[in-house]
Amino acid sequence: MDSIFVFEQLLNGLGFGLMLFLLAAGLTLVFGIMDTMNLAHGSLYMAGAYIAARVHEAGGSFVGAVLVAVVATVLVAFVLELLIVRRLYARDHLAQVIATFGVILIADDAVKAIWGPSPVMATTPAALAGPVQLLPELPYPAYRLVLLAVGLLVAIGLYVLVNHTRVGMLVRAGASNRKMAEFMGVRVGRVFSFVFALGAALAALAGALMGPISAVQIGMGEAILIPALVVIVIGGIGSVRGAFVAALLVGLVDTAGRAFLPPLLRSVLPPALAADLGPALAGIAMYVLMAAVLILKPAGLFPARA
Amino acid sequence: MLKLKNVAVSLALCGAVAAHAEPVKVGVALDISGPFATIGAETRDGLNLAVERLGSKLGGQPAEFIQQDFAGNPEQANQLVNRFLQRDKIDFFTGPVASNSALAVGPALFAAKVPFLSSNPGPSLFAGKQCSPYFFGVSYQNDTYDEAAGKVANEKGFKNMVLIAPNYPAGKDHIGGFKRLYKGTVKEEIYTKVGQIDYAAEIAQIRAAKPDAVFAFLPAAMGINFIKQYVGSGLKDIPLISPGFTADQDVIEAVGEPTLGMLNTAHWAHDLKVPANVEFVEAFRKKYNGRYPTVYAAQAYDVVMAMDAAVREVGGKVDNREAVIAALKKANFKSVRGEFKYGPNNFPVQNYYLRVVDKDASGKLTNKLVGTVMEKHQDAYVGDCKQ
Repeated sequence: MDSIFVFEQLLNGLGFGLMLFLLAAGLTLVFGIMDTMNLAHGSLYMAGAYIAARVHEAGGSFVGAVLVAVVATVLVAFVLELLIVRRLYARDHLAQVIATFGVILIADDAVKAIWGPSPVMATTPAALAGPVQLLPELPYPAYRLVLLAVGLLVAIGLYVLVNHTRVGMLVRAGASNRKMAEFMGVRVGRVFSFVFALGAALAALAGALMGPISAVQIGMGEAILIPALVVIVIGGIGSVRGAFVAALLVGLVDTAGRAFLPPLLRSVLPPALAADLGPALAGIAMYVLMAAVLILKPAGLFPARA
Repeated sequence: MLKLKNVAVSLALCGAVAAHAEPVKVGVALDISGPFATIGAETRDGLNLAVERLGSKLGGQPAEFIQQDFAGNPEQANQLVNRFLQRDKIDFFTGPVASNSALAVGPALFAAKVPFLSSNPGPSLFAGKQCSPYFFGVSYQNDTYDEAAGKVANEKGFKNMVLIAPNYPAGKDHIGGFKRLYKGTVKEEIYTKVGQIDYAAEIAQIRAAKPDAVFAFLPAAMGINFIKQYVGSGLKDIPLISPGFTADQDVIEAVGEPTLGMLNTAHWAHDLKVPANVEFVEAFRKKYNGRYPTVYAAQAYDVVMAMDAAVREVGGKVDNREAVIAALKKANFKSVRGEFKYGPNNFPVQNYYLRVVDKDASGKLTNKLVGTVMEKHQDAYVGDCKQ
């Protein structure tokens, strides 16, 4: 195990973390500010992935496909908010979970009706399909470097938006004390719609960008929703900064667990036991991290409502 | 008087016809939704094609195919089978994609003496310790694809390999099957999370291990994720070998170009030169917009043809279950894989082939038959079957 291998795994961890961040950022905004548990966030992610894949296949331009996917998904989210989510703001979390779970089932069937049950093809743009030589000993997939860059840009963009703009101020005010913000004359309804659309745009962006390296298929949103939920719980619900730090932590811990734990165990335990234990422990590493954080800081690392 | 007699005769005839008109009932439990939905759709399409070609008859008798979705859930499969047995009084059963569902519904079917013709799963338990005269592994035994892959690796001269599979019982079975015949060194055995999305850490391990080739058993979405990322990482030069399901037409359609050159093993190929197969592939592509069939569609088609032959052999008297299973056991039908026989455990003794993903004449990506890997191969569990 040399330093290049460790460096590569570090990069992999950061990359996976930033992918989770794209999804978790939207989820934490909606949950933190609107106090609304939106399980259908994963369905918006799926919508983004499908639309981008089909448009890319038909039109040829990847950037164009991603833009179309984001815009179309925001439109879908707008209708979703108008018809269903708006009615849930005042209800308790159980009602929200049940209703948005229903949306997942409908979304899955709608996708099946439109694009069929089989996964659809989502190709990497030709210019980014291969690896680039990062270091003499380290070829690294070009597309993953782009994902890293986009993830960082989104993080910076959200930081500026939330901390240095008027909209961001309203969003923060809503997140830390909704009642007080309403008393101060903030039009909460409008802020909510904006935040929901922003969350949907981030989910669609994540889906569109993940398409070329994962299976674009029904249920893809549910599979990634679980690590995204772990991220927002660790980060502190409603905090974008928390989601960023937690996403990187989860990405690094998960990758390190898979990369270093099995060989480490093999060197200290009998091979049969190590072979059984290694993958099992690596699989639960992120949940152990979550449990540890919750014991020390029950509200997460950076709670939005102090 | 003569008139009355005529009426009596025609009444008697009517009675006879009515007794025969009771159709042969086939319970089909399908994975139309759930984790194996893609494969379930292939199973349904292959089955429907066979039914259509037989004019909805089995052995010349009217037949009813009761198709129901059970969402890939073994518990739901069990409930469905109970309904099939008690309300519909089925004569044959087929359909589930996964071994866990097959294992869940097997005992009830065997107790009711209803033949279960598997259109895909071939769990080792049913091939060995829990084998039953009422179970027919029309498809294959689960590990045999991997055994063939191990043999291919020997023949290609791959001395060091990395093996990768999900961390669940079937993953370990498939790796075990590969190692049974592989003679080289296993540098690394990587078990990953079920439903894993990101494979960067494992791919870095593979790069560091510098193997001659990689054996991957990663079904459905996991395979799609892995192959996309593997090729994107520039590991294209390290050959990938897999059992047929990780590189079948459904995966090829979803991944595209990166599957090019993947070696995989199966007991059937769409370009296998067997008359029944040529006919099947042509009819399938005509019915389903030029799509190539997968191995799942071929197996479902074979299952219906096997039922057809058995019903014909017993002259439609499907109530005589001993005669039905004796007829099924003869495998006296034109299988799309060519001739085969059942071993003592009702699992096929058949050929296994090597296929490679390549482009067809029109530039479409699909599997091409390379050659025969094992001839008349029987699974490793037959010795445990006492029947």
